[in-house]
Amino acid sequence: MSTASAPPATQRGLGADAPKANPARALLGRRGVAKLLLLAVAAAVLVPVVHAAWPGAAWPSALTVDLSGPLGKTSDWIIDNRDNHWLFVYFLGHLSNAVVISVRAVYLLLLALGWAGVTTGVTLIAWRVAGWRIAATALVSLLVSGALGMWVPTMQTLALMVVAVAVSVVVGALLGLAAGLSERLFRILRPVLDTMQVLPAFAYLLPVVLIFGIGVPAALLATVIYAAPPMARLTALGLRGADPGVLEAVSSLGATGRQRLLTARLPLARKELLLGVNQTIMMALSMVVIASMIGAAGLGDRVYQALASVDVGAALSAAIPIVLLAIVMDRTTAAAGARIGAAGNTATAGPAWLRGWQVWTGVAALTALLALAGRLTGSAVWPGAWFVDIAHPVNDFKEWMVDHLYSGVPVIGGTADWAAHFTNWVLNPLRDGLTALPWYGTLLIVAALAWLIGTWRTALTAVLAMAAIGVLGVWKPSMNTLSQVLAALVVTLVLGFGTGVLAAGSKRFEAILRPVLDVMQTMPQFVYLIPVVALFAVGRAPAAAAAVVYALPAVIRITTQGLRQVDPAAMESARSLGATRWQMLRQVQLPLARPALLLAVNQGVVLVLAVVIIGGLVGGGALGYDVVTGLATGDLALGLVAGVAIVCLGLMLDRVTQPTERRTTGKGA
Amino acid sequence: MSRTRKAFLGTTVLAGTVALSLSLSACGKADMTKQTSPFAAAKGSKSVTLSVQTWVGAQSNVAVAKYLLEHQLGYHVDTVQVDEIPAWDALSQGRVDAILEDWGHPDQEKRYVKDKKTITAGGGNGVTGHIGWWVPKYWADKHPEVTNWKNLNKFAKQLRTSESGNKGQLMDGSPSYVTNDKALVKNLHLNYEVVFAGSEAAQITQIQQFAKAKKSFLTYWYEPQWLFNQVPMVEVKLPKYTDACAEKGTKDPQSIDCAYPTTPLQKYFNTNFAKSGGSAAAFLKNFKWTKDDQNEVSESIASGGLSADEAAKRWVDKHPDVWKSWLPKKK
Repeated sequence: MSTASAPPATQRGLGADAPKANPARALLGRRGVAKLLLLAVAAAVLVPVVHAAWPGAAWPSALTVDLSGPLGKTSDWIIDNRDNHWLFVYFLGHLSNAVVISVRAVYLLLLALGWAGVTTGVTLIAWRVAGWRIAATALVSLLVSGALGMWVPTMQTLALMVVAVAVSVVVGALLGLAAGLSERLFRILRPVLDTMQVLPAFAYLLPVVLIFGIGVPAALLATVIYAAPPMARLTALGLRGADPGVLEAVSSLGATGRQRLLTARLPLARKELLLGVNQTIMMALSMVVIASMIGAAGLGDRVYQALASVDVGAALSAAIPIVLLAIVMDRTTAAAGARIGAAGNTATAGPAWLRGWQVWTGVAALTALLALAGRLTGSAVWPGAWFVDIAHPVNDFKEWMVDHLYSGVPVIGGTADWAAHFTNWVLNPLRDGLTALPWYGTLLIVAALAWLIGTWRTALTAVLAMAAIGVLGVWKPSMNTLSQVLAALVVTLVLGFGTGVLAAGSKRFEAILRPVLDVMQTMPQFVYLIPVVALFAVGRAPAAAAAVVYALPAVIRITTQGLRQVDPAAMESARSLGATRWQMLRQVQLPLARPALLLAVNQGVVLVLAVVIIGGLVGGGALGYDVVTGLATGDLALGLVAGVAIVCLGLMLDRVTQPTERRTTGKGA
Repeated sequence: MSRTRKAFLGTTVLAGTVALSLSLSACGKADMTKQTSPFAAAKGSKSVTLSVQTWVGAQSNVAVAKYLLEHQLGYHVDTVQVDEIPAWDALSQGRVDAILEDWGHPDQEKRYVKDKKTITAGGGNGVTGHIGWWVPKYWADKHPEVTNWKNLNKFAKQLRTSESGNKGQLMDGSPSYVTNDKALVKNLHLNYEVVFAGSEAAQITQIQQFAKAKKSFLTYWYEPQWLFNQVPMVEVKLPKYTDACAEKGTKDPQSIDCAYPTTPLQKYFNTNFAKSGGSAAAFLKNFKWTKDDQNEVSESIASGGLSADEAAKRWVDKHPDVWKSWLPKKK
């Protein structure tokens, strides 16, 4: 699970929850045919009726609800009352105040420690928790952040992250505890948490900013809403997954409910709990740049400001510390999780003086000492002389790349030509096809796909989600967005499966690939907005390119892992039968890894959809653009409706690509 | 086991701190408008927060104001980057003290300046803004007739892209900018499709890319803007702007069929700041320069590769005659 990186790639876990039954087999079985027949009969009865009532391909306007009136009124009410209404003054105001005080406290502490103190402290903690290799990574990362001239923004981001992660973990754990102990709460919370997984982060920004105004409190709360669900999910699943035998034994010893929770259930769930912390941290970090759109300051703000002057180099200087922070935090928590999981209750190896409170005292003392030394020798902030400027070389490189690749490359054509072909031959036909397809046709296809892969419940959810899009009156832009998502998904899968197969075949290739994938997953998408436009021209093609870059790592990882886990005995017997490498791949590995490949498709869909709004910033248009417009112009009706439509699309796509057997096995973390 | 507990100990302590600060603040009212950023310098009263908008012209205003406030008046200046309309919101809540360049938002002005009185108008910043449609100079030189909207349909074919289909492409930028382009295209019966780049960064990148390849294009753009120094552009004449047309447009935005007005760019202050902001408020009220001044700074930020602070310093060193008059008189 060490691959757990950017969200929501691994929230559902990678190999652990592979379906037991093979859904693809079942898909071809008799039940599938029966379902299809049933649907066909239903369609034959309903379609003529529906068609007679509302002809035309687009969603009938008679069936829409216009929310702009009430939403506009809500937004006006909030603006008019937020300075004096009791709800704001006595409740939300305190919330916001608490955030400001906490973040400020952490920030001042970090500044007081100075760069020497913070660097020492973080390195020592990483060493203690995760070993010397990760400690070295942490040390180098912090020094690099300083050398890039990003020390103060890094500290601001770190302060925000520390508070956001702490609040997310506590809120998530409490929710998870409740859901883990009560069956009814679990039933209520589960669909909510499932939905939040596919909810794009941008969708929260607008309501939060309306209530709290621009600034750190809004940014922090948006981050918490985004980052708490995985913690809640994993806590609940960890508690529920406890071995009943152990619990039985504990109760038979006469333990009270509280004792049982503290001595058996929580310790048994510690692996899930740590994975939850890891996921929460990664989700929170991925919000850094997005939250800067509503005034989060720190590194994200530097990236965002660099965008305004079209300065890729400056954006990268601020993005590298984000990537490094993410990698260090991921490795540290993952290693801590692995250690706890492996060592269990038998404590740890090493001499006694390396354990217990003495070490922590030592860590604190050494940190304080170096902090003091740093203070005495000079400024608490990063010394100005140790500064490396990467902005210029990066910009030169970008210019060179764009000059040579944009167009007129012999034989293969330039990137702009590819983009044009992709738009004309893939995106346009797909969009026009989806728009021309009668809406009931779309609903039927969705129902059929979801039912074949899942149960009638998932099919119903998918169909209702699609219908909701129609009712909200955004059918046409949604079809446009859907076409972009599908096209980007196909590209992602082709590239991802191809690379995954190669990586599964060669350990060395995989080792080279790993850091590349880490960077791709954690690099804020804002950084590559300018290069994709420079290469693919404004439009839907650069939006698709950005989505592919973002979704590719998860797909490659899941594919590689799935292929690796294929039973070696099956491979060996195939080889002894004289199968070529290609035959083995096609006839043994791929069919056996099918569950993992399906999971890769599902993750690909969710991730591609997460970039739709970013795509709106480079000419993707449709729903993404509407959300951005809503945010930029304070238009709650436009932004929120488009955001909800994206969520509905996400729900539908998730249900259509997720084999439902996984849910019933109960370990679908 | 003990390890697990310890791992969570830190979290618990932090959560405790949060809870404590919550309870500390939980006596009496908590007015969100009185809260400052946690990253604000701890220097107390001598601190000003300015809103930076996403375009470089606005960054130049702020860079110079910031430089002078810090070096001449001894203030600490924080900047916040926000979109235009959220910036009005932030200004009314006191999250920022001043906006130095506003392109006209009648709805917000009515709500905050006239009705709620939480924002005070601060006069013009000396620069006149103008929105319009522009074509590259190298293209207009070859086809001078393109600079009149009546001839645009003839050129639609040349301006096709894969995004605009069989129509010409009119490129628009960030969704937050004031635009009537969809209505204009419809009402002037132009065979064009408005393609939204979605952000100014994307739009500038695309214009630079077109210019490098010497391709023809038509774009929504505005001046003053530093990009003109890199990519010279010529404005396309649209039907003349009249008050009657503007009035019709405010009633029904779909009906607008004339050019964009020329807007003297305005400054706005948070009312409390305007009243009790001391010499910073006085300085910002006096802040007034010209389009050339602004462009000089913008150019060195955007294409000269200087940081905003360096660019401001360079301008300040060169033009003391301009900014000396902004400083408030010593009492």
